[in-house]
Amino acid sequence: MTATASGMLRVEDLSIRFGGLMAIENMTFDVREGEVLSLIGPNGAGKTSAFNAITGYLRPARGEIFYRGRRLTGLRPNAIAARGVVRTFQKTSLFGDQSVLDNILIGLHLRSRQHPIAIILGLPSVTADERERKAAAWDILRFMALEARAQESGSALPYGEQRLLEVAIALAARPSLLLLDEPVSGMNPAEKVRFMATLARIRSEGITVLLVEHDMRTVMGVSDRIICLNQGRIIADGSPKEIQSHPEVIRAYLGERARRADG
Amino acid sequence: MSRWTWLLVFVLASIPLWVTSLYFLHILITTTIFIIAAMSLNLLLGFTGQLSLGHAAFFGIGAYASALSSLGFEIHLTDDLAIGIGPKPVWLAMLIGLIAAGLCGFAVGKIAFRVRGAYFVIVSISFAEVVRLVAVNWVELTQGPMALNNIPPLTLGVSGVFELSFARKPAYFHLVLAAAAVCYIVIRRLVNSQAGRAMIALRENEPLAASVGIDVTRYLVLASVISAAMAGLAGALYAHYVRIVDPDIFLFIYTVTMVIMVITGGKGTLAGPVVGGVVFGMLPEFLRAFAIAPELQWVLLGALMIVVVFLVPQGIVPAASSWWAHRGRPPAHPEPPVEALP
Repeated sequence: MTATASGMLRVEDLSIRFGGLMAIENMTFDVREGEVLSLIGPNGAGKTSAFNAITGYLRPARGEIFYRGRRLTGLRPNAIAARGVVRTFQKTSLFGDQSVLDNILIGLHLRSRQHPIAIILGLPSVTADERERKAAAWDILRFMALEARAQESGSALPYGEQRLLEVAIALAARPSLLLLDEPVSGMNPAEKVRFMATLARIRSEGITVLLVEHDMRTVMGVSDRIICLNQGRIIADGSPKEIQSHPEVIRAYLGERARRADG
Repeated sequence: MSRWTWLLVFVLASIPLWVTSLYFLHILITTTIFIIAAMSLNLLLGFTGQLSLGHAAFFGIGAYASALSSLGFEIHLTDDLAIGIGPKPVWLAMLIGLIAAGLCGFAVGKIAFRVRGAYFVIVSISFAEVVRLVAVNWVELTQGPMALNNIPPLTLGVSGVFELSFARKPAYFHLVLAAAAVCYIVIRRLVNSQAGRAMIALRENEPLAASVGIDVTRYLVLASVISAAMAGLAGALYAHYVRIVDPDIFLFIYTVTMVIMVITGGKGTLAGPVVGGVVFGMLPEFLRAFAIAPELQWVLLGALMIVVVFLVPQGIVPAASSWWAHRGRPPAHPEPPVEALP
């Protein structure tokens, strides 16, 4: 293990290949404890692939991923979640027709250890655990301001609240590092403002956030640091201000003609 | 338990007092045994979302393991090497049946859940067929098509001092009723626990379930083991009731019967397989009264089944409970309210 002191999460020399296509090539970066780091870049830059590799949904062709000094590469998604690295998905992803409360209760899986035999025997420890879980679920609902929706079916919520519910499910798994994949896509401006406030509160809970997002206003508003990818490589790494004026970033987003227009 | 539950238990337990027809009691007993099997299938099909089309295999393994343990058996491995066990008490034999089926559930779960969906269906069918062929051809152990005969009935207690015999139908009805109640309670506890929610999560959205730390294989195998053990118990209850077991117990039609009970009753609900089991276990008997020819009885049953699936595709229980929840409420598009005058 090398250079783990610099970051909470270390992605080292990561390469991902789909057939002949290099989705990510020799990518190395750190996520520091307590920060909000955003990955940006044009479509196909490899942002979601990096997410999938970190959370165990995709096996990298090469490279290692360490979390707090322990190797994540090769672990299954549930084992990675158990270490505190929890993600959301780009496409709205809920537990179907389950109620909002049940969605959260499922998310709380890692917080309780009910042995199957204890469950079948109906031991009091299980009942007590269930009571604690329900209380924890209501805490999360209040934190996300979704308590009024508790009994409604998750899939019947307005779109913006469905996306909040996804984050709530992830929070229920008690992450120390939360990976959000385009959380505000499809939200209206009011919902985006509400989401940014929620993200600030998540952060104040001491949760580190790695964000993939296309909405530049949101990215610039919430990030401490931004990494810009293009065609599977890191082209820039810096504060929002630095990224905004970085020539490579401008070129990646606007193409060659932008530079010609400049000069 | 609520007052209504007690009342239901009381009414069900009193059935042998007012149902005097032994034939009808026989139908009730076999229906209840099939309800146990349907409930076990529902745990897999309804809660984890995996369709097991070989569920009769676990039922049959439970029946054979229990029957063989109670009769005792001997297998000759070579000319002078034989292994076997002597006859065991029936309660122990039934337990062996349950455990044997549970172990098979573990094996099938481990293998089959590497292949999901349609492949799992194929693996489960193949498993049932392989077990059936073993039962037909391993004559030394199973007697093949000659069947295992004279399977002893269940008796409990110390011989000569106090004995409780379940050889007669009223007593056996109470036994299967108690077993069904226990299975129902076990499934209800599971479903309302961390484990049950994990199973539902797998059915609803497997990648998301994994992302919050749910171990997919662990909960699929758990569901498979419990489901198989319960089906094995049903098989053991069946073996010591009809007291003859032949390889036909593995026939595909038994699995189909269980699937029909679960689907029409409402998969993924606790009461679904019970309601579906009562309806499709008893219906053929009631239809007999209307049928001129025996064939007509089955034609009517088939037609009714199609009607149920068309009218309430989600199952009888979910449809009834949503009707109950919306009773008395205004329709979806109510008349605009008349403005009250000031």
